[in-house]
Amino acid sequence: MSQAKQQQPRTSPIPAGTLLARLKGVSKAYGPVQALSDVDIAVHAGEVLAVLGANGAGKSTALGLLTGRLGADTGLVELLGGDPRDAGIRRGIGVMLQEGSLPDTLRVIEHVRLYSTYYPDPRPVAESLALAGLQDIAKRLYSDLSGGQQRRVQFALAICGRPALLFVDEPTVGLDVEARRNFWSVLRQLRGEGTGIVLTTHYIEEADALADRVLLLANGCVLAEDTPAGIKARAAGKRIRARTSLSLAAMSTWPEVRSSSIDEGVAELVSNDAEQLLRRWLAADAGLADIECRPLSLEEAFLTLTSPTAKVPLEKVA
Amino acid sequence: MSSPLQTMRLDIGRPSVLRIYLAEATSELVRVIRTPSFAAPTLAFPLVFYVMFAIVLPGQWGDLDKATYLLATYGVFGVIGPALFGFGVGLAMERQQGWLELKRVSPMPTGAYFFAKIAMSLVFALTTIVLLSTTAIAFGGVHITLVTWLKLVATLLLGTMPFCALGLWIGTLVKGQSAVAVVNLVYLPMSVLSGLWIPLMVFPPILQKIAVIWPAWHLSQMALGVIGQSHDVRYGMHAATLLAMTAMFLSLAAMRLRFK
Repeated sequence: MSQAKQQQPRTSPIPAGTLLARLKGVSKAYGPVQALSDVDIAVHAGEVLAVLGANGAGKSTALGLLTGRLGADTGLVELLGGDPRDAGIRRGIGVMLQEGSLPDTLRVIEHVRLYSTYYPDPRPVAESLALAGLQDIAKRLYSDLSGGQQRRVQFALAICGRPALLFVDEPTVGLDVEARRNFWSVLRQLRGEGTGIVLTTHYIEEADALADRVLLLANGCVLAEDTPAGIKARAAGKRIRARTSLSLAAMSTWPEVRSSSIDEGVAELVSNDAEQLLRRWLAADAGLADIECRPLSLEEAFLTLTSPTAKVPLEKVA
Repeated sequence: MSSPLQTMRLDIGRPSVLRIYLAEATSELVRVIRTPSFAAPTLAFPLVFYVMFAIVLPGQWGDLDKATYLLATYGVFGVIGPALFGFGVGLAMERQQGWLELKRVSPMPTGAYFFAKIAMSLVFALTTIVLLSTTAIAFGGVHITLVTWLKLVATLLLGTMPFCALGLWIGTLVKGQSAVAVVNLVYLPMSVLSGLWIPLMVFPPILQKIAVIWPAWHLSQMALGVIGQSHDVRYGMHAATLLAMTAMFLSLAAMRLRFK
């Protein structure tokens, strides 16, 4: 009896928080270019980990290592209790790459059917098609699809095998707003089923909307790893806008001001000490009006943390 | 690094390997059948040339039975086309489009990819042989026993191996559509210089001598021997040469694939 239960592949979800994949002290160089230096990444069941970073920060290399496309120079790469370069281990993952297209002369449903054979317990083809929103175009040739529809086929291939761990690399590039929202809701649904999801994206709002944790890469190092709210807090600071009669030159000398700009009399100041700045500003400009104060967006936090002038308060950077 | 594994090992079942291989081969076949620029020329060229040179054009070469002789050589021409194009252009396109990258991170066993391309080449090769043979028997007055025909089929199908390997190597060297040009630059001159279109004896002696460097010439000698149009064929030497060439092309391809 118990043996039969073990044979049964994952009908019950993996408990959230289970460690599914990790990089430990991993470095990887391409010739003289150090793509990753001593990077640690952990991915758990039932969470969305967003990997952010500028081009060349090491996102693709990290993904390539976790999905078995690359080998590390040093350090440990571990996936589902094995080596991702082992095709058998990869039965537990689904991957949607950033670039690449599928053979033009196969139909949508034929692509999904073929990929489903790679997995021991695939979703029914109709379910994969429905999750990716492809029911109505299942019989179309891949070459006849729009760019967004082609991306959805690639997504269907990534999820057709009920992977415990899903890698999606820039999944919503080229999707319209509605398609993107639908995609997000599917990712949330999969996370709810216990799937671990690694997401790389250029869209900060996507990470903000989806991620449980954000990993910030810069120059091959982990710059920060936190919740989206935590990342925002790390790049602590608020943005204050107000209509003022003062000159930008005068305000930018104040010690509380981190950055400043002005447009037709409306100034925008970024500060780590918003209260103190506000007091000073109100004292200096009796006519200050239309005051507006809000926290930095994840994007602004991201820019602050990765800008070359940022004082990096993080343990990772040696 | 001997750090203990900490990630959770899943109880993942095994899918049927046979099913994967069959599905992969079926997809590859469907894919190329729907690609007119592949399917039409690889099937039509050998047949059209055979009809022109063996049946329509008059003339006699020594004491050879022209229609039978050319059935063997156009058979060779017909089977190496899909092998070269399937592997060469197929791999080059799939590398450029990123399809291969996606396959590499999928759980597909690597062998299934190559099996699919070999299976596709063999299906096209067999189709070409059947088309040529039917034409030769119906319109070329060729007489051939079933046993001889089966031997010819076996020789030609096994003989696709070095061309699959050569195609694979080309596919690792060039990307995308330029592979079509490169394959044609190899395929057509090699076919002519191996005597597949018209017998080598009409060529200058120097070209007849250097024919030994072409794998297509070695395969054609075996096919001509099997079909009774050439005597004293040293099968062992030709087969060994073809095997050695297969191994060489495979090694070259493997080196290219490893360096990337």
